[in-house]
Order: sequence, then structure tokens, then C-alpha cells
Amino acid sequence: MYAQMVKSEATKDDPEQLAAFQARVDADEKIEPKDWMPEGYRKTLIRQIGQHAHSEIVGQLPEGNWITRAPTLERKANLLAKVQDEAGHGLYLYCAAETLGVSRDELTEMLLNGQMKYSSIFNYPTLTWADMGAVGWLVDGAAIMNQVPLQRTSYGPYARAMVRVCKEESFHQRQGFHVMMAMANGTADQKRMAQDALNRFWFPALMMFGPSDKDSVHSSQSMAWKIKMNTNDELRQKFVDETVPQAEYLGLTIPDEKLTWNEDTKEYDFTEPNWDEFFDVISGNGPCNVDRINMRQKAWDDGAWVREAMIEHAEKKAARKLAAE
Amino acid sequence: MSNEWPLWEIFIRGQHGMSHRHVGSLHAADAEHAMKNARDVYTRRNEGVSIWVVEAEKITASSPSAKGPMYDPSRGKVYRHPTFYDIPDDVGKM
Repeated sequence: MYAQMVKSEATKDDPEQLAAFQARVDADEKIEPKDWMPEGYRKTLIRQIGQHAHSEIVGQLPEGNWITRAPTLERKANLLAKVQDEAGHGLYLYCAAETLGVSRDELTEMLLNGQMKYSSIFNYPTLTWADMGAVGWLVDGAAIMNQVPLQRTSYGPYARAMVRVCKEESFHQRQGFHVMMAMANGTADQKRMAQDALNRFWFPALMMFGPSDKDSVHSSQSMAWKIKMNTNDELRQKFVDETVPQAEYLGLTIPDEKLTWNEDTKEYDFTEPNWDEFFDVISGNGPCNVDRINMRQKAWDDGAWVREAMIEHAEKKAARKLAAE
Repeated sequence: MSNEWPLWEIFIRGQHGMSHRHVGSLHAADAEHAMKNARDVYTRRNEGVSIWVVEAEKITASSPSAKGPMYDPSRGKVYRHPTFYDIPDDVGKM
């Protein structure tokens, strides 16, 4: 998902404390920053929330690409509001991660030096305006599918951040679908662009949920700790089942010849994404990995003097106020 | 390593006369800056009519290990709740 392939960290804690902790989690008590927690729980959460935050921030780039080229002033305002929300979501999540004892600067450094990842989906380019529709509809749709259950996650600050994110996120998917409706009902060229965007984003969107459960080695500990609420395959299936009728409504075709309704399971059967491509993209070889990190690095470097100047100014002001008293 | 902006806790009063409520935190160089950031980060959808910003390190919090001594004594005092007192139905609504 926004946090794919988060490795759960081994934990070497006192068995009695561990059992008491697990009992709290099982009883749906929220774990708060100052509470005792296993080292592995803390480290896994830093990794997961950090990756989630980085995804929100890096996720602004493919859409930011189209703000100045939106087809109407209204679409531009919509997209600007959405991208601004993503910045906000990144901030909520960074703050949640910081309660676990990692600093904002450390998180940023770990993104820039490759120690921490962000979702594979943001390494694909946004080539046409129709991609703004596809990203809102599919990418935010997939994100919501993951984030709604995370509102019940065991770590209090993470759960609270998710509540805020989910409240805001549904507008993102709807504005994307709205763009798709306009394109799909437009001229033949516009419809072709909409179909092309769906073709390019369908499988990368399915990859967002992470590898198939049979290859997902880190799930069971995270699920026991309730920092992962559903398996990757469960969420992927749910996404497909909800999205196919929406594509039909648009009159667009899901680019999967094997997609069929299964009367027995009451679910769609579908083709799994190409997992070799997924592992390749997540390890740095997607079409836009280098661009994305370069952009983040540039923003970090270009902002350095502003961060310093703000602190200098605040200190000077405080000293002046003190002198006047 | 750079000098990180301090952390601020943000409290917002919504539209309907409720108390200020903690909504989250953010980094800012000083109070004025925290106020500007709080407006951008936490009131994009008309969530509030008043904002408080408090530097996180100025907050004194109770310790989780003191939960027992802090809150257990009030648990036994059920007579502080109205339902403790049985009033006959004949008396009417009270």
C-alpha cells in the first residue's frame, strides 16, 4: 500500500511484558507514545508510518506536474486543493512517527538516502490530463481501501492521523472520478485518453497493496500487533470488486482479458500484476524513481536557508522582546 | 545536522461553542509561525473559529505508569453518578 513490504522488526523483550502488551492490543486498547511497547513494534511502526508519510509527500509530484496545465480554472482549484491535502496528510503522519522517537529531519534524511521507501505507484509518470482522473480514482481509491481499516490500528497517534486523512481523502477519489466522467463522455480523443490512462494505471494500482499473501513474509506479526488490519490479497480483491462496476459506468475497459465474475465466490477473478516489475520499481528502477528523489533533494537543499533563517529570526525576536521587558 | 524547528501542539475550537480540542501537532520557528501553519494544516475545511498553539515541551503530562494511583480511587465512588440513587417512578421525572 502506501506502506508496502514493511519488514517487521524482530523483538527481544521480556516475555512477560510482551504478553501484557499483546493482551492490551487484543483488548483493543490504544497504545500511546509514553506507554511501554516492544522494540520491534516501535521500529516497525516508524518504518511503516514513515513510508506512509513519504508516500503522501512524494505523491504530490506526479499531480503537481499538472496544476499549471489543468484544462479549466475549476479543475485547477480542485487539483491544487487535493495536492495541498496530500502535504497535510504527510505532516499528520510525520508527527505520528515522531512520537516514536525519530525526528523529522532523520525521517527526511532516510527518504533521501534510500533507507526508507515510498509507494511504488509514484514512480510512474503522469503523461496526460486523463492521468489526473486515473490517479484520483484508482490510486486514492486504493489508498482509502487501506486507510479506512487503519483508523482502528493499535497505535493511538497513527489511528488519529488516519481518521483525519480518511475524512479528507474521499474528495480526492471523487474529484478523480469526476475528471474521468468528463473525459469518458467527451470527444473520441478524450475517451481514448481516459482508456489509455486506465490501461497504464490499472496494474500499478493493484501493486499498491503489496505482494501476494503467499509471498508476504512480514504480515503475521504486524497483524497480531494490529498495525496491519487486512492481508494484501483481501484488500486487492475488495478494490477490484468495487472498481470494476465503476469502470463499466464510465464505459471503459479494465485492461485484463482474464477478468471475470466468479458466481461461486461472488468476486471477480483477475490477473495478478507483474511482480517482477513491482520488485524492480520498488528497488529503484521504475520510470521516475530518480526524478522523484532528485526533486525531494532539491526542495530540501533549496529550503535549507529558509529553515535556518526562520530560526534565526525567531531567536532575534525573542531576544528583542526580552530586552524590552 | 540542522537546527530543527520546535514542535507545537495545536488546539482548535469548532463552530458550535465547544472547548478547544487537541487536533495534532506541527513544527514552527515561533508562536506566530505556528499559528500560520496551524491555519494551513488544520483549518482547510472551516474546522474552527479559534486556534491555540502551545509549545510541546511546555506541556506537563501525567505518566502512564501512574494510571493506577491517579484514576483508580474515583472508580469506587459510584455515588458520584446520578444512577446510584434509586428514586421511585411515582416521583416522576428527576
